[in-house]
Amino acid sequence: MKNFSGNILFLDRSDINTDEIIPAKYLTEISKEALKPYLLEDLDLAGFDSKRDLADCCVIVSRENFGCGSSREHAPWALEVNGIFLVIAASFARIFRQNMFNCGMMAVELPADRIDSLFSTFSGKRTTVTTDLANQTFTFEADGEAETVSFTLSGYDRALVTAGGWVDYADAHY
Amino acid sequence: MNSTPKTIAEKIFEAHHVDNPAGDIHVIRLDAVLCHEITTPVAIDDLVRRGKDRVFDPDRIKAVIDHVTPAKDSKTALQGKMLRDWARRHEIKDFFDIGRNGVCHAIFPEKGFIRPGYTVIMGDSHTCTHGAFGAFAAGVGTTDLEVGILKGVCAFRYPATLKINITGTLQPGVFAKDVILALIGKLGVGGATNRVMEFAGPVVAQMSMESRMTLCNMAIEAGGTCGICSPDMTTVEYLWEFIGDEYATREEALAAFQAFSPDPDAVYDDTIDFDVTDLSPQVTFGYKPDNVKPVSQMTGDPIDQVYIGSCTNGRIEDLRVAAGILAGKRIADSVRGIVSPATPKIFRQALAEGLIEVFMNAGFCVTNPTCGACLGMSNGVLAAGEVCASTTNRNFNGRMGKGGMVHLMSPATAAASALAGHITNSVLFKGES
Repeated sequence: MKNFSGNILFLDRSDINTDEIIPAKYLTEISKEALKPYLLEDLDLAGFDSKRDLADCCVIVSRENFGCGSSREHAPWALEVNGIFLVIAASFARIFRQNMFNCGMMAVELPADRIDSLFSTFSGKRTTVTTDLANQTFTFEADGEAETVSFTLSGYDRALVTAGGWVDYADAHY
Repeated sequence: MNSTPKTIAEKIFEAHHVDNPAGDIHVIRLDAVLCHEITTPVAIDDLVRRGKDRVFDPDRIKAVIDHVTPAKDSKTALQGKMLRDWARRHEIKDFFDIGRNGVCHAIFPEKGFIRPGYTVIMGDSHTCTHGAFGAFAAGVGTTDLEVGILKGVCAFRYPATLKINITGTLQPGVFAKDVILALIGKLGVGGATNRVMEFAGPVVAQMSMESRMTLCNMAIEAGGTCGICSPDMTTVEYLWEFIGDEYATREEALAAFQAFSPDPDAVYDDTIDFDVTDLSPQVTFGYKPDNVKPVSQMTGDPIDQVYIGSCTNGRIEDLRVAAGILAGKRIADSVRGIVSPATPKIFRQALAEGLIEVFMNAGFCVTNPTCGACLGMSNGVLAAGEVCASTTNRNFNGRMGKGGMVHLMSPATAAASALAGHITNSVLFKGES
């Protein structure tokens, strides 16, 4: 199972699409590793610098409808090869969310007001999250301040994360 | 179980049920797994690596090279080769290579591969297009595609349906593209997430299959899992050349297809009524497909390129409308015009009808069928700072080229804008200008 704890990158915008996460011109790559330098290259967000802001980040926290647009699984893969296995957002586009769990990664929804409070408390600070999958909690910490938040993962999503993805699950069951 | 009233999608799910592994997750059997050369090679590679290089049924798998064709470099040549070798290895007879290839969501329906009541997946978000035939058709990622190829199943949440009842009368010069842009503007880019968008009402009943495909194509831009239209005689007529052997009469085919019509008392997640009588042509601004306003509010905005094509608006009726506006005229000197008929059949038809001649006389470059420019991969990529008036489906930041701006619109508006050199309404529209 992958690691779901570490430093957070806050992306303060809704509707971040998969073209922004990984532009189509890189879809000619066959290997996931080749996507690594291009993650979030076209993100439309003032002040964002992918080289600087992605360094040692393991988790992304964002707003509504994260991962909308194209079905490209290259978006989760570009996150994966950069060591980002968890995205926490107020909501996700369907295909992106499914792709994350299909790859044994997590896309976890928290209520919009909780996301608001995470942004206001932690954004701009060096923040880490510790994920407790058994108890389904995130503990956010920065500057000695800590906040623990519960999340819900369906049994099915959890099975995919534990199995490491959908291919083996499906081949065994159907 | 059969007595519970159901929507189209619910009836399709019931007919294709395999498993309910947890909560509202349903595994369904697939009638068609569609493949193209961008998202499939990675799935093929993974299956080979796992020692599972098999296909569940070569007759239910259809494949096309469409995104970058002819190949533009060694990488895209390799993607094509991987799909081609795989299709040969598994005897996938419905594989469309160069010379016979077209944009996936145009060529697969055109070949009669999509039928009412079918379940369809593809590693492409605009797979929702095929719902125009009364099918449940959804875009998926490469892993879902891989499992689809291997096992012929896919998992979905049980489909909640948003019914959109389209009433009134479309004014001349206002098309399905304007309707769907306006709807996305109302719903927002996440407004239909995890829901099927069922397009109903008298306006849809009067639409051609081409227009219904335009409507369903952009369901994903509101987050919808699938667009869907109830099958009717228009569906039967479109499919008749492929189903004539299966049914004695058109009425018999219709009766069979209407097994998938929604029950009158089906329960919808929500219903929206949209009267299109006062709708004017629409155009997007900014970087989200829900940033929509009337063309009249954008008139005069300069453009560098006009692109007519794609799985949204590269079909014969789109080319007819655009050519009708361009006939006998030349596009502005400041504008580059590109038209890409979506399939070889459409290309031939456009040639036979003299439409290609009209486009060329107007100063358009006519390209082979391909997705290329729509997602900035080939055949019309923008330079930074350039603006494209486009009949495609996404205006995301960098979509047609880094630093470029895309305004989405109907073929009529695109053709009129090409002539003017800036965004403008077509002469077909007699409303405010």
